[in-house]
Amino acid sequence: MIDKRVTTTQAALAGLHDGASLMLSGFGGAGFPVALVRAVERLGVCDLTLIMNTLRFVETYAPLLFEERRVRRAVCSAARGRGERPSSFERQLFAGELEIELVPQGTFSERVRAGGAGIPAFYTPAGVGTPLAEGRETRNFDGRLYLLETSLRADFALIRGHRADRWGNVIFTGSQMNFAHAMATAAQITVVEVDRIEDEPLPPNAIDIPGIYVQRVIALDDER
Amino acid sequence: MRPLSREQIAWRAARDLPDGAYVNLGIGMPVRVAAYTPPGREVMFQSENGVLGVGPVAAEDAADPDLVDAGSQRITLVPGASTFDSAEAFAMIRGGHLDVTLLGAFQVSAAGDLANWDPLRTDKGPLLGGAMDLAMGARSVRIMMQHTTRDGLPRLVETCSYPLTARQVVRRVYTDLAVVEVTERGFLVTEIIAGLSREELAVRTGAPLQFADGCAVLAAPDLA
Repeated sequence: MIDKRVTTTQAALAGLHDGASLMLSGFGGAGFPVALVRAVERLGVCDLTLIMNTLRFVETYAPLLFEERRVRRAVCSAARGRGERPSSFERQLFAGELEIELVPQGTFSERVRAGGAGIPAFYTPAGVGTPLAEGRETRNFDGRLYLLETSLRADFALIRGHRADRWGNVIFTGSQMNFAHAMATAAQITVVEVDRIEDEPLPPNAIDIPGIYVQRVIALDDER
Repeated sequence: MRPLSREQIAWRAARDLPDGAYVNLGIGMPVRVAAYTPPGREVMFQSENGVLGVGPVAAEDAADPDLVDAGSQRITLVPGASTFDSAEAFAMIRGGHLDVTLLGAFQVSAAGDLANWDPLRTDKGPLLGGAMDLAMGARSVRIMMQHTTRDGLPRLVETCSYPLTARQVVRRVYTDLAVVEVTERGFLVTEIIAGLSREELAVRTGAPLQFADGCAVLAAPDLA
């Protein structure tokens, strides 16, 4: 029988180890897995690689990950902290203690999508002629230059959804999906926290993430 | 001489959006453009987190934290709207499906180069987001910005000193002083505010200006 439901955050994060790479979904707070990220903070794992759109949500909800220097590297499209004063990750960034790979947002989601779809690399126009393209491979297609980008995969993806069933099917609400679909496909273990897990199967035509991409689902209160 | 306010610049930019257009608005001043869509025109606003058909910001008591735009504002949807994931949002953007993007900028060069993501500060990190994808993908890239910096330095320049977002992409610039087209022969002023001479505008601009035949007065109604 397939049953992907877990009931504790310990079980949800089982196998998360020092040195792991972690994809975190969420955009503007929608779809950000606050409860799971807080559980990662409590777990004390270090030497992490974070793959997420903007770092400030970790600073808001799990500040110890940066303050205790448990993040070694981040792949993101924004490394701007809140407010006018430098945040903990901005200080580490400028002190050379935190390595950041800055990626155009569309390239970011496509690298993740490609990683989950078995595509090792692709060409995109975004970034051509900018500092991000320096020293990298470009290629001319039909008179226009494109930049080679490689795909991204991770050990874990953490996602906030709306509803799930025991087969791991997930439905989102509003603009919650953002990076979640691509990340679910690109991670070894995908964990989705949801408002509720239905006893009955979700309607097949309404499913946003098919259960094959999801290893664990857990019902958790929204901790925003 | 009365320079346009930020709201008036947004009003002016909105006048150039045709009925039926699909448009992405950058965070900050550009997102205000939607409020000034001329009556009788249906414009679909895309937000790169995964929304097509962004409506007005939600009333506080009706706001859904899971439905936001790319600037993290809690929004409403218009009739005909759809939601989707980030990879899909950027397929729309890079795939040439957007008619217009309106973005903010630090600098625009006479060749249409755009610089708008790296503030060149050593205390606040870079905020790249989807600007590179939008600048390369939208059919028309239009910029809204103050004509000069707070220190009075030109933002319309011969060559950008800030790191580039994209090369040779900007078509039109709306400032508090003028509307400027970027042509093969450089900047072409099509509108200028009353009480500012062509010479005075040239002094505030870092590259040669040409003036269109029939260069008009840039005027906007009083707005809150």
